[in-house]
Amino acid sequence: MTILGPLLFGAIVIAPAWLANLEDKQVKKIAVIDSSKIFINKLPETEYIKFNYLQNTRVEDIKRNFEQTDYYALLYITHLVANTSNSVVMYSDQQPSLSVKSHISSAIEKELEQQKLRAQGIDDNILQTIKTNINIRTVQWTEGGGEKESSTELAMIVGYFGGFLIYFFIFLFGAQVMRGVIEEKTNRIVEIIVSSVKPFQLMMGKIIGIGLVGLTQFGLWVVLTLIIVTGAKPLIAPQMTTPAAQEVKAPSIMNNENTEQAMPFQETASQQSTEDLSGNIEAEPIFNALEDINFGLIIGVFIFFFLGGYLLYGSLFAAIGSAVDNETDTQQFMLPITIPLILAIIVLVQGISNPQGGIAFWFSIIPLTSPILMMARLPFGVPTWEVMLSMALLALTFIGTTWLSGKIYRTGILMYGKKVNYKELWKWIRYKI
Amino acid sequence: MEFLKIKNVDKKFLNQYALRDVSMSVPENSIYGLLGPNGAGKTTLIRIINRITAQDKGEVYFKGQKIKMEDVFRIGYLPEERGLYKKMKVGEQALYLAQLKGMPKREATKKLKHWFEKFEIQGWWEKKVEELSKGMQQKLQFVSTVIHEPELLIFDEPFSGFDPINTNLLKNEVRELKKKGSTIIFSTHNMGSVEELCDHITLINKAENILEGPINEVRNRYKSNIYQIEFNGDPDKLDTSLNHNYEILERKTINGNNAIRVKLLHHTSKNELLSLIIPVVEIIAFREEIPSMNDIFIKAVNEYKSAETPVS
Repeated sequence: MTILGPLLFGAIVIAPAWLANLEDKQVKKIAVIDSSKIFINKLPETEYIKFNYLQNTRVEDIKRNFEQTDYYALLYITHLVANTSNSVVMYSDQQPSLSVKSHISSAIEKELEQQKLRAQGIDDNILQTIKTNINIRTVQWTEGGGEKESSTELAMIVGYFGGFLIYFFIFLFGAQVMRGVIEEKTNRIVEIIVSSVKPFQLMMGKIIGIGLVGLTQFGLWVVLTLIIVTGAKPLIAPQMTTPAAQEVKAPSIMNNENTEQAMPFQETASQQSTEDLSGNIEAEPIFNALEDINFGLIIGVFIFFFLGGYLLYGSLFAAIGSAVDNETDTQQFMLPITIPLILAIIVLVQGISNPQGGIAFWFSIIPLTSPILMMARLPFGVPTWEVMLSMALLALTFIGTTWLSGKIYRTGILMYGKKVNYKELWKWIRYKI
Repeated sequence: MEFLKIKNVDKKFLNQYALRDVSMSVPENSIYGLLGPNGAGKTTLIRIINRITAQDKGEVYFKGQKIKMEDVFRIGYLPEERGLYKKMKVGEQALYLAQLKGMPKREATKKLKHWFEKFEIQGWWEKKVEELSKGMQQKLQFVSTVIHEPELLIFDEPFSGFDPINTNLLKNEVRELKKKGSTIIFSTHNMGSVEELCDHITLINKAENILEGPINEVRNRYKSNIYQIEFNGDPDKLDTSLNHNYEILERKTINGNNAIRVKLLHHTSKNELLSLIIPVVEIIAFREEIPSMNDIFIKAVNEYKSAETPVS
């Protein structure tokens, strides 16, 4: 798991980009039979999509020996294309890729739009000038009255990633605590051990021990994932930089507005300009945005909520483990623990799109969900008192749950063959030991 | 000297007494049998001594002092329900358990090597526990119980799962430990081994201590003045020679010889009995019947039950 984890993480990051890369590198030749004669030599080609316009050929001719040709697909445009939406057909011996399909359909749409506008008597110059492209640049006012370049996208990514990691960590290692407790109980070694240490010490030892294992493994994952992703980056360089470049483009497009407007086929143009940019990105804005996110604060708060959330849930998982005789009996007790976690991950999506909203606020204060939701909100800037309140509540709650779990645990670990329900657990809590 | 003293201990689980006003005192360097039917409260009492659970009322004194958490390092406990980490290596596990009892690693390793040799499991140090047979695991558990040379040892059903050879090995070890100065509390349903090993016993039934004392004293207490006489001669003559102070319970033959079981009534002594029968028959064997622990156990528990019935 230690080595496999980062490999999997790396694969998740790299694989889609690599696959997309593979597909795109392959030149796709597409045969076009255009009965409408509108599009001949007008469909925009890219590096990997080429068109071959066939005259006086019928679809059947191509179909008969399609496999012998090197065509990727056959595009058939009927003469009714201007009037009905179903008049373009793409034939292929495989399912054409989505990118190819959308490239063609948007090209045809644009061309038809222009045709129709021209038919209304609007001349080409006007057509060129009405093309607009708006990218909103976000600037945050700081407390000192200054201005900072910010990136909503980056904040969303950081927030989602942080929240999700905490969720993942709690589930993975919380369940490990539970399994460990069940193992000790069913092994019957627990009575030997509690004759040397207090049950509470044993429970905390288990939780803290697994927590440290988790942190170590997690740290290792982060480092290895970074190494793997960095190592593989040259392989997929254009794909890796494209999204970043698009974000960065915001200010640069503003500057180059006029030149961009003048170019036909806006979409292709912007794609090409992105590709141009990827070679030498103007790194400054993205670094500004990165600096704008207070990573020191985020990492500090992350570690607190990471550990707080884990301790809270870890002790509950330990209590469950102590109450049952085997893992299959855990179901009824797992539900109330799982529900707030699942809820948190659902609200997480809401939280990063509307970090100041009521739901996000309350879920980031309530301790059962706060570790996940506070991480989601944090990159967008959260008032200090809210963070403090959330932290204090979380700390109080995990002290409370640990105390409660300790009481269940010390009775549970020595109790065998009993059908345990919530009433029984309540009795255990009231036992004086 | 009292090594361990339990004074008026109460333990309730909600409204159910697990122990009720239980007192007992374990003399130093004795083997003390803790007996009782299933569910009587023995395990609860053992857990209280081990500081696993706490009593509601009463006190436990360890060598004259109220027992403290640190005292558990001087106790070795082999629970009835016992197990080990299955995936851990044998040696590692034994070391870990010894260190939990406060032993330094170096010393523990040395002692373990010695014990492993003694029990002929030295080849298993690097093996995983799950590869061991049940008997081997029991041996390993015994070793980890005694490794830190505790002054007080508590064995709960130590012989379950052992074959007769290993049971003997273990019994000898228990005797050896006593010789070295340990005090041993020994809980079992095997009355044979109680008679064999224990000096003192306590019988707990339904949360209460109903019988306590040195084993010989207890057995004498339950003596019923019954003698078995094996003899050569005419049984009828013997019958007529005995007066109303004697009650013949049974006539039988043992190894082809005649035998009777006689109960002495009205404080007559065995010498008087002998003086009556010597002129009549040739005596081959004359033996007082001392009740077995098994009989005492059953009798004591049943007496307790009948004493209790009218109340409820």
